[in-house]
Amino acid sequence: MKSAVVLLPGLNRDRDMIAALTRISGQPPVTVWESDTAIPDVDLIVIPGGFSYGDYLRCGAIAARMPALRAVAEKAAQGVMVIGVCNGFQILVEAGLLPGALMRNTSLKFVCREVKLEVANANTAFTRNYRPGQIIRCPVAHHDGNYFADAETLARLEGNGQVVFRYAEGTNPNGSINDIAGIVNDKGNVLGMMPHPENLIEAAHGGTDGRALFESALGIAA
Amino acid sequence: MTISNTRPITPELIAAHGLKPDEYQRILDLIGREPTFTELGIFSAMWNEHCSYKSSKKWLRTLPTKGDVVIQGPGENAGVVDIGDGDCVVFKMESHNHPSYIEPYQGAATGVGGILRDVFTMGARPIAAMNALRFGEPDHPKTRHLVAGVVSGVGGYGNSFGVPTVGGEVNFDARYNGNILVNAFAAGLAKTDGIFLSEAKGVGLPVVYLGAKTGRDGVGGATMASAEFDDSIEEKRPTVQVGDPFTEKCLLEACLELMASGAVIAIQDMGAAGLTCSAVEMGAKGDLGIELDLDRVPVREERMSAYEMMLSESQERMLMVLRPEKERQAEAIFTKWGLDFAIVGKTTDDLRFRILHQGEEVANLPIKELGDQAPEYDRPWVEPAKPAALAESDVPQADIADSLLTMLGGPDLSSRRWVWEQYDTMIQGNSLQRPGGDAGVVRVDGHDSKALAFSSDVTPRYCEADPYEGGKQAVAECWRNLTATGALPLAATDNLNFGNPERPEIMGQFVHAIKGIGEACRELNFPIVSGNVSLYNETNGQGILPTPTIGGVGLLGDWRKMVRIGFAAEGEPILLVGAAQNWGTHLGQSIYLRDVHGRTDGPPPPVDLAHEKRVGDHVRALIASGIVTACHDLSDGGLAVGLAEMAMASGIGAAIDTPSADPIPAFFGEDQGRYLLTLSIRPDSAEWEALRAEQQKLGVAAALIGTTGGAELKLGQAHAISVEKLVTTHESWFPRFMGT
Repeated sequence: MKSAVVLLPGLNRDRDMIAALTRISGQPPVTVWESDTAIPDVDLIVIPGGFSYGDYLRCGAIAARMPALRAVAEKAAQGVMVIGVCNGFQILVEAGLLPGALMRNTSLKFVCREVKLEVANANTAFTRNYRPGQIIRCPVAHHDGNYFADAETLARLEGNGQVVFRYAEGTNPNGSINDIAGIVNDKGNVLGMMPHPENLIEAAHGGTDGRALFESALGIAA
Repeated sequence: MTISNTRPITPELIAAHGLKPDEYQRILDLIGREPTFTELGIFSAMWNEHCSYKSSKKWLRTLPTKGDVVIQGPGENAGVVDIGDGDCVVFKMESHNHPSYIEPYQGAATGVGGILRDVFTMGARPIAAMNALRFGEPDHPKTRHLVAGVVSGVGGYGNSFGVPTVGGEVNFDARYNGNILVNAFAAGLAKTDGIFLSEAKGVGLPVVYLGAKTGRDGVGGATMASAEFDDSIEEKRPTVQVGDPFTEKCLLEACLELMASGAVIAIQDMGAAGLTCSAVEMGAKGDLGIELDLDRVPVREERMSAYEMMLSESQERMLMVLRPEKERQAEAIFTKWGLDFAIVGKTTDDLRFRILHQGEEVANLPIKELGDQAPEYDRPWVEPAKPAALAESDVPQADIADSLLTMLGGPDLSSRRWVWEQYDTMIQGNSLQRPGGDAGVVRVDGHDSKALAFSSDVTPRYCEADPYEGGKQAVAECWRNLTATGALPLAATDNLNFGNPERPEIMGQFVHAIKGIGEACRELNFPIVSGNVSLYNETNGQGILPTPTIGGVGLLGDWRKMVRIGFAAEGEPILLVGAAQNWGTHLGQSIYLRDVHGRTDGPPPPVDLAHEKRVGDHVRALIASGIVTACHDLSDGGLAVGLAEMAMASGIGAAIDTPSADPIPAFFGEDQGRYLLTLSIRPDSAEWEALRAEQQKLGVAAALIGTTGGAELKLGQAHAISVEKLVTTHESWFPRFMGT
């Protein structure tokens, strides 16, 4: 399966993501620049982490209005899988492709550490190679990862099984409501998550818990 | 209002520019007339201590700067060291002390930005950063504010730029109350045939301005950094620059793309003294004149004078000499990244530095002399007094376990997690060892087994007691930390922070520290390839502790053989390597004396450099052989603290034998050149016998002092402490201090 990575000025985990996708799928992803109005035929589009446009104005707000994001929205509407990690998640929320908002961490500080995640829904295109309820390790590195949604949206997300990853074992690093670390849209083809699975995919990273996410999305058997 | 270039040059104006009367006379002799206002500013920028090294140059020349692997020593933006296979590591450490005290967030942030720019100006992609931070005593009313601001500034810039912060230091001492230290280190990876230098070549070629626009921020910053502080410090806030890591990240990508296109002849970042320093350096190094037309400089404020533009320290800017045929291609790259690209001048053959502004020539100076003819001083210095040795019977007693907990839960030895969790330590996906161990370790991208190790070290209280031994110790500890991961130390950068060099006792500290550093670097084959000197670190006449920070880089041929500090398994023998028969002996200047007994007397532990090398080379060979399962060097707090750190890093405890002599110096002495190792071989095995025979032959002392296992640390006859209790004590000081 083919993948694409969206590149925007200020994103900085693009190289990590390209390395992870290349290592796992055996072929490098194509790249899409901020001004590109069309995305080639791929099965998976990834928006990596970083500080697009300096996170000025509001995290992800400027990026969400770039031509490349309109192209991502079109592809998402056609059913192409989309993953947004960290700043990518913030961008998807700002672009209206995922509900809710990502607020400043309750500590008001940037936080980089390893947390535990519970696979709250293993029945998605992104998580099928995990076991239901599996607890995995995953790094986080962000300043604005405090997920919030109004009561009605939250009830819908929880009711539909759209909460895919939850911070587990008391490791919620940012104050997210219901310990939410990652969600999918109602169609199930757009995933946003704050933690960085691309930084835990090989022995040198000290673990491979993030691998199954990309293998699921790329249709690689576990 | 525009400042006029014809402003009269009065003695007060000269003094306000930090120029002494004899220095001004030197200017008059050099140019044969009174300088214009802009010219006075240019001289002040080039001849201040920060840019000219006028007090330190004489002594810096004595440092060893060459070696088999050194490609570029001091004098460029950063040092360059060969790591084989066509790759090299580019690194430097630099201070941003004064700005960080005045405005901690922006001061620290732009310190990080400046050092990153130094590295990528040379064609390297930054792969690791470290920060050595020294603050005043914890109870001082400004300390919390400064810690919070500096840490978030370091993180704010480095995280956004996208470089992993893999190591550093944080210490507290009352002597930094009025003058904190922020020393930022960065390293990058480049190809040995793709290094870019600042030397301009070719006459009549375009000089191009790249990056962010010029504003009034930081005007006169370098001159400010070359003066002592007094109570008027709040007035100096406008001299601090404001950082924009987003622009810097774009500048990095644009510069690397531009370099790959073959358009760059010479490139220099605009750091201290901005446009002035970068232009003069490019011209003077290439034996060329430079002419700049300031009307073409991209500005973000109206009516800026020539003086302000020449002295602005606006961040994220570069100056470049371009191959003219590549102009359109180069401009397209910068436009793509949303950055300014403007041809602002040209190289000339007349060796003049000529500045045009609004049709008028506002400066016309000899370019070589601006750099080369800066004053150089052989400042008087006095021999530092040596503290008396502690009497042999002077071994103050205390409960061993309680003392260990006091030390681990104190300001200097407690966990720095509160700090480094605000830094992105794993971005780029290559971090093999993050903060908390002996050294940060990062894989070499594109190579399947190589990694680089980084460590930053100095023990200022040792340097205060004996600058010569303290200088040696800073180098030795850095070399030892790299060795403890299994890396071969390659080279180092030095960041020399001292007080006012016009005081002979401060100059004496400086001279002796340099002598110690030089000797250690020579003996350990660990040359200094880049560095920075920060003098005048005083407030109201009180100098800081002499703090020559050493940032070292080491190479691991195969990172799979790298070791960490945490005990790896239960039931493994613990070997103390490099120690005297009594394990430890030296209590002078120890953390134990200071934190448990409130004493700061005695000499620091001496460093026997031949011993250091012998022991370190042996430890490194053992790690390479694959039998070492964990390794940790001993430093602050001695053996007890080293063991506790190994236990805390893994959760595995240890039972340690009872030392044969007084347990206080054995457990808390800070003797140098020692390592703790755990081994995968058993003490009754043939391999063990062979190892002991080899150590005897090499003359390396090694004592089997105990075994790993259990959930407690038991030091001889002292009461056992649970590892959990150690961790709680160690982790709680910083969050409690910061109130979060």
